[in-house]
Amino acid sequence: MTDDHQTLALLLFSTFVAVTLGITTWVGRHRQGSAEEFYAGGRLFSPMENGFAISGDYMSAASFLGISGLIALNGYDGMLYSVGFLVAWLVVLFLVAELVRNCGRFTLADVVAARMRERPVRIAAGTSSVTVSVLYLVAQMVGAGSLVALLLGGTSEAARTWTVIGVGALMVIYVSLGGMRATTWIQIVKAVLLLGGTVALTTLVLVRFHGDVDRLLRTAAERSGHGEAFLAPGLAYGGDWVARFDFISLGLALVLGTAGLPHILSRFYTVPTARAARRSVVWSIGLIGGFYLMTIVLGFGAAALVGPDAVRASNAAGNTAVPLLALDLGGGAQSTGGTVLFAVVAAVAFATILAVVAGITLASSASVAHDLYASLRRRRSKPRSEVAVARVAAVGIGAVAIGLGLLARDLNVAFLVGLAFAVAASANLPVLLYSLFWRGFTTRGAVWAVYGGLVPSVVLVLLSPVVSGSPQSLFPDLDFQYFPLQNPGLVSIPLGFVAGWLGTVTSPEVPDEARHAETEVRSLTGAGAV
Amino acid sequence: MQSSNDPPRGAGGGPECAADHRAVPGRAYVETGQGAGYDGPRYDDPWYDALASGWGESAGPASPEPTVPPMRRKAPAEPPRAAADVYLEVQRSEAFQEVRSRYRRFVVPAVAGFFLWYVAYVVAATSAPALMARPVAGAVNVAMVAGLGQFLTTFLLTWAYARHARLRRDRAALELRWDTQELTRGVRGGAS
Repeated sequence: MTDDHQTLALLLFSTFVAVTLGITTWVGRHRQGSAEEFYAGGRLFSPMENGFAISGDYMSAASFLGISGLIALNGYDGMLYSVGFLVAWLVVLFLVAELVRNCGRFTLADVVAARMRERPVRIAAGTSSVTVSVLYLVAQMVGAGSLVALLLGGTSEAARTWTVIGVGALMVIYVSLGGMRATTWIQIVKAVLLLGGTVALTTLVLVRFHGDVDRLLRTAAERSGHGEAFLAPGLAYGGDWVARFDFISLGLALVLGTAGLPHILSRFYTVPTARAARRSVVWSIGLIGGFYLMTIVLGFGAAALVGPDAVRASNAAGNTAVPLLALDLGGGAQSTGGTVLFAVVAAVAFATILAVVAGITLASSASVAHDLYASLRRRRSKPRSEVAVARVAAVGIGAVAIGLGLLARDLNVAFLVGLAFAVAASANLPVLLYSLFWRGFTTRGAVWAVYGGLVPSVVLVLLSPVVSGSPQSLFPDLDFQYFPLQNPGLVSIPLGFVAGWLGTVTSPEVPDEARHAETEVRSLTGAGAV
Repeated sequence: MQSSNDPPRGAGGGPECAADHRAVPGRAYVETGQGAGYDGPRYDDPWYDALASGWGESAGPASPEPTVPPMRRKAPAEPPRAAADVYLEVQRSEAFQEVRSRYRRFVVPAVAGFFLWYVAYVVAATSAPALMARPVAGAVNVAMVAGLGQFLTTFLLTWAYARHARLRRDRAALELRWDTQELTRGVRGGAS
């Protein structure tokens, strides 16, 4: 990559940072320091704004760069990701968004604690939310580090380290100064930028092929060297049965995990009513669906125009497919058009990581302050002091994420994201669905459901080939690999549901019918919702 | 139900309204409750009002909050029990059962349907690549059609759900919401 690319990309990125910092200080000037405002942006966002913010939270760099790259390398098998990521939103729309908006205040634990004994449930749900958030954060930080190495040519360790530290510091500033309102606006700006960039690139790809999708696919298949097999499943996950089960496991985690992601759940509290929550999910399904359809075109476009070999030569995981495609679409490496498009894509990718990281940090600091701190200190802290704790927690989580991001910088980003989804699906989704829909659910069931999903999913990962026993693992020299799959979802998600059921049926506690009635009435009507 | 709840609401004074709504928190009511035209427009289009009233902005929350603890302390045990009874009563009411069954009649088959369709898709993609590779038209094969079909069904189900909820559930749920809040407020108003 030439100096022109770098300068322009850095310039555009700095503009984004300046604009978002401007938003943050502007929002900070008007702040009152209430918990409502810090965690939920005062609940004043419109469905459209929130829909953009949700899609901004969801369309991470893993989607933009990762999925297109996977398609460019593996053809159809990369497309399986987009399908899973999108279909997951039906679970959110049907079962979660409206009901959670009506039942909770700021976090997942609020919904569960409405029916159960508060303290154990908050500690459990808070722990799992923080775990999921930190995993997701580390994935984004690692992504930021590799992105700067790839796009700015700074493959040096120092450049990556400073990128991770810089991203972490910026997100702490956004979150602790601006709270949810600033974070939401950053997401909206980022979503618009990302969608704009994607639409422009997709249009250029389609124009290049004169709108002939069939020819686009054929060219991609020819260029890949796999022929027709490139357009059918099997290239990446068609090996032995372990690989196939691995993919089924990942697919389950993707579809069920979204509804348990803390930063997605906390988005539903930023709108005033359940109906607004529903409309914002409808908006985001439209935006996310359109976006993933375009990434498919971009992926096959990159395979057809750049070629899988060139993509692989630049980055083995395919993460640079879209920037390379942009360079080609603009007219090649030496042209002005190519330089500009490349810089735009790079800046958008940076912006994406920054915004997603801010969203997750906010959600996890809410879990720490609102659930863990409030329960462990065992006293009714006033809202103001809780917000102060949340600000400090944002700094602490930022520091942890920076540290882990530096440690894990060689791990595969897509794997880390898949892992976060698996933990969310195993630990958060069962307890959420049970407390919303099961009359007989008890406190013990809730606690068991969380730990019964959280512990197995983490342990299975530790025993998987990801951590040890293969050349690509975290500790290639050690071998304590007893679980063959990379993604634990296939085992740990059912375990979470079973543990919740088992805890409930073995519990001597009689479920409180009145509180179940309250949850049910509130969830469906919104009576008493904050 | 609406008319039967009017007397207790009329009896409760301004500050009491505010205090009651701390328990059923929502600043919208605090602010508009102090104004004159509280009853009428609130019932007509509360969704819109909740958005437009500008609640949560400046001054609003600051003033009523300090008054809350003393009001609540007067009757420490009674109101929660009574409120719980209200929720049980609402839950057993025919109107609520109807809303709930409408919700479940749509959501249960829809969730089962799309989940099975998705699992079938993933399993087919991993275990039957030959079937998925069968060409349909030009370069487009079964796998492509199935993948785009997933996108299409997601969009269609989203649209169907939004429409179903808007036409069959929203109005009834909203009425239940107000009824429930009237009831809980009536109970508390009488107790304190």
